[in-house]
Amino acid sequence: MAYNLKENVMKEDRFTGGHRMCAGCGCPIAVRTVLRALEPEDHAVVCSATCCLEVSSFMYPYTSYKDSFIHNAFENAAATLSGVETAYHAMKKRGKLDATYKFIAFGGDGGTYDIGFQSLSGAMERGHDMVYVCYDNEAYMNTGIQRSSSTPHFADTTTTPVGKVVPGKPQQKKNLTKIMVAHGIPYVAQTTFIGNFKDITEKSHKAIYTPGAAFLNVMAPCPRGWRYPSEKLMEITKLAVETCVWPLYEVIEGKYILSYKPKNKLPVEEYLKAQGRFAHMFKPGNEWMIEEVQKEVDKNWEDLLKLCDLDR
Amino acid sequence: MSIRERLSGNEAVAYAMKQINPDVMGAYPITPSTEIPQYFSAYVDNGEVDTEFIAVESEHSAMSTCIGAEAAGCRAISATSSCGLIYMAEMLYVAASDRLPITLAVSCRALSGPININNDHSDAMAVRDAGWLMLFAETNQEAYDNYLQAMRIGEAVSLPIMICQDGFITSHAIENIELEETEAVRKFVGEYKPQHYLLNKDEPMAVGPYSTPVYYMETKRAQAQAMLDAKDVIKKVADEFAAWTGRQYGLIEKYEMDDAEEAIIIIGSSAGTAREAIKQLRAQGKKVGMIKIRSFRPFPAEEIADALKNVKAFAAMDKDDSFNAHCGPIFAETCAGLYANGISGPKGISYIYGLGGRDVRVESIQHVFADLEKIAKTGDVGETYRYLDVRE
Amino acid sequence: MSHLAKDMTPQVTWKDITPGGAIFEGGTSEVVETGDWRTMKPVLDMEKCKQCLLCAPVCPDMSIPVNKEGKREDFNYFFCKGCGICANVCPFGAITMVKDEK
Repeated sequence: MAYNLKENVMKEDRFTGGHRMCAGCGCPIAVRTVLRALEPEDHAVVCSATCCLEVSSFMYPYTSYKDSFIHNAFENAAATLSGVETAYHAMKKRGKLDATYKFIAFGGDGGTYDIGFQSLSGAMERGHDMVYVCYDNEAYMNTGIQRSSSTPHFADTTTTPVGKVVPGKPQQKKNLTKIMVAHGIPYVAQTTFIGNFKDITEKSHKAIYTPGAAFLNVMAPCPRGWRYPSEKLMEITKLAVETCVWPLYEVIEGKYILSYKPKNKLPVEEYLKAQGRFAHMFKPGNEWMIEEVQKEVDKNWEDLLKLCDLDR
Repeated sequence: MSIRERLSGNEAVAYAMKQINPDVMGAYPITPSTEIPQYFSAYVDNGEVDTEFIAVESEHSAMSTCIGAEAAGCRAISATSSCGLIYMAEMLYVAASDRLPITLAVSCRALSGPININNDHSDAMAVRDAGWLMLFAETNQEAYDNYLQAMRIGEAVSLPIMICQDGFITSHAIENIELEETEAVRKFVGEYKPQHYLLNKDEPMAVGPYSTPVYYMETKRAQAQAMLDAKDVIKKVADEFAAWTGRQYGLIEKYEMDDAEEAIIIIGSSAGTAREAIKQLRAQGKKVGMIKIRSFRPFPAEEIADALKNVKAFAAMDKDDSFNAHCGPIFAETCAGLYANGISGPKGISYIYGLGGRDVRVESIQHVFADLEKIAKTGDVGETYRYLDVRE
Repeated sequence: MSHLAKDMTPQVTWKDITPGGAIFEGGTSEVVETGDWRTMKPVLDMEKCKQCLLCAPVCPDMSIPVNKEGKREDFNYFFCKGCGICANVCPFGAITMVKDEK
């Protein structure tokens, strides 16, 4: 079925207003988009790790989810939802339930790449019929912008402050999407907000409706932590894609498929210079940092092209 | 009709689980509770139960899956020991706060470090304030019987419940046991019909809010009420159980307490050893007795205070240490119970015993009674914080 | 005893509060006004708007309603926090951010 923006946005949102995420936050855009990919007749149980999303979207007594929702703790959204999904099968088996349910977990990068990694790995390995969505804003934003293993190289965070000796985060960003591919699950995709939302919407639908475990990694910028004006969200995500910092791709049954190949791959500084967290990289004498990041991005991109059989 | 069998405590609990046929089990192996999910997964794989078994990657996830499954509207169970219980500690608090009547079998074992696989109560006692109901068993029979009563109690007050037995001592020792007919078990335990659950298509539900200071304390006070209400429920379920099986339980069991002048308060399998010690001392004409705690949560403060009101000296026997330079938890709670009930006559000491599988012999308990006799005679309590059977 | 979210006011007692802080309805946050956070306000020029709908999915606050005819309507200022993403993606300059005078 061909994607149609009008049909997409005419669907009723299953994530409601009145949540307390910051103005311009990428996360609620990801949540409403993923949930809108549900077929309207299907029920869902949504789970969130403890994170910006959870404390903002279910602050007692106000839930922003029209569907059933469960929050448990920071590090166990995947395990918690795998329990709900298992309960669904148990109830179906006993004839106690006749509705169709889908199961969607959300976690930030801290709750996914770091503290929730074991729980996620376990749930994916066991193959529960669920989708885990990481809204990746590349640091612990809820506690005030601390580095995670998803934070990019050289980024200025409150636990990797740009100092006289150490210029921001010393390590590169962990490639969680590839690690999830290594679990051998049927569907893994990397996406963000681009243009008419075709990419993220189609990937969300596939993730939800592919039987078995699926993982969706959504770049969800944080204007506060990345230090850019909130209205520029869609420029930031576009630059991330056009510089190949955040390539769009999916892996179906282990087969890598590139979703978008920039016609003219932009230099990485176009992306970096738009954000305050990388401002120090543009000071005289720090050119080497940009060069290093460019090399890293180039290598990751070449690797991805190879995996997609597009390296020639 | 009861069925006479010979089973280990772990197998007895696994068999109770099988008879109840719950919806979901999430579990992870750890000595000495490992056998429970082992036996149970054999029941699952042989089609003897309908339960969905989730072989998770950690105890933390075991309890997380139970929370998800129970919130979804199912009966969820698990089993663990020692470090596994501590690893799920964070989730235990959430399960209680979310008011989810999960059932957890605990084969109690010492905590690291140093690492030790043998029995004491440092695991269960470490999570005593997590908001769970906690029943302790002296024997395999009690472990089985407590398990059959667990869901009725937990579901009546919407609180999770731990069924504790002593690792290896009862979990692995094979004893004679009376099992009940499966059909009768299912009739006694009944169907789980939660009022609200995630998978109710007619009523979406949100579980686990961020609660501000405006609401948090009211939520916790309501949770505290459930624990208060549980005392009557435990007694009521025990009476129904007795009417069915002839085996009577309460919050505590009093042994030779009617005229006792010296008494010990104890939990778990060592009560059997203490009973033998008391028999021998009684034969010598000594007025000694025992209070065995079955329900540690809710804590039967009034019942214990009432049972102790006429004794001259008592020892609270803790198979773990609070490391507070003062006493173990049973002593602390017993003294609080006495004080709250206006009883100041009995003199008490705290005995730490049996750590990491240190053998508890009849003579060990008689040594405690000898101490108590001295205290009762002289009125001098001396050191209140004592270790039993430790090499000096 | 009501367990409706609307009755879980800051005056609710421990006897009446929902067990475990659970809520037995969906979307109860819709009564929470977040529009009062706003300093800048998007204003839609209906004459310039071509109904391309590129603004609709980018809104983090469900503040751009699309009706049954597939046309976007005016902003829902009850929720709109004034982030400005919509104004920035509009290809036709139909959305202007203005200072929100309250």
